Amino acid sequence: MKSIADIKAIRDKMQSEIILRDSDETNEIRVVVGMATCGISAGARPVFNTLIDEVAKRKLTNVKVTRTGCLGMCKLEPIVEVFVPNQEKVTYVHVNSEKAMDIIVNHIVNGNVCKDYLIKDED
Amino acid sequence: MRELSLNILDIAENSFKAEATEIEIVVKADANFLTISVIDNGVGMDEEFLKRVTDPFTTSRTTRKVGMGIPLIKMQAELCEGSFDIQSTKWVGTTLTASFKTNHIDRPPLGDIAETIVSLIADLKGAELTFRYELEGEEPFVLSTKEVKEELGDTIPIDTPDVLIFIKDLIKENIKLSIGGFSL
Repeated sequence: MKSIADIKAIRDKMQSEIILRDSDETNEIRVVVGMATCGISAGARPVFNTLIDEVAKRKLTNVKVTRTGCLGMCKLEPIVEVFVPNQEKVTYVHVNSEKAMDIIVNHIVNGNVCKDYLIKDED
Repeated sequence: MRELSLNILDIAENSFKAEATEIEIVVKADANFLTISVIDNGVGMDEEFLKRVTDPFTTSRTTRKVGMGIPLIKMQAELCEGSFDIQSTKWVGTTLTASFKTNHIDRPPLGDIAETIVSLIADLKGAELTFRYELEGEEPFVLSTKEVKEELGDTIPIDTPDVLIFIKDLIKENIKLSIGGFSL
């Protein structure tokens, strides 16, 4: 069974990667998930955790996943906003775990916005 | 909300909004009751706001005129023959407690509490979080972000994805999700 002391192994493993991380601050990509009551009840928590898992798996050290409150479009939740430096904000709606994975691969890693997941006219 | 863990995430979000620097989430269970408490030292509420905080047409948000978080958990607790209480003092903090009859047919499962705690730790917004999990007859499990940060030292932030995944596994491995034959 894991104990809190086991975290030292992770610390030691990561210490070597730190210099890289520090120099990357201005290139930070922010992925923001709406996590008010509306977002949470629509399924924002698994989306948030999928994003964290994918960022860890792909070692995307310049990506930060954060929470925010109600974005004012409750019926479109779960909503994920992506902020890439020097680019316009992209808002994804009705996101689920699968779409979250696509957003990481296509948008964050390869720079292609997932157009199918944007707000549509009928929304 | 399909899981009580989602209610916990929702309620804890209010503590961050209240600019708390210390937030404690306690889950306690015995054969009779499952009790959830969220305790913070945030800005608190004045008496007038506290009185109407369980009304769905009271909210602190500016994007909508309804706030369902507190009414939802209160309704759920009352449906499960439990109780609901919220105490708050302006500029001191807020304590919310909701209890549910453990074996009540309408009680939602506790669900993925590890995922809830990690979702909060991923973005602490300057607060420290303590999670306590106490089952009757079991050793309590306590996770505090202060303690984790001490172990990590100054170079590795607690919101690093690898650390978050470790914490999620740590919680999952150390807590038991059933009591007296009832699954929580």
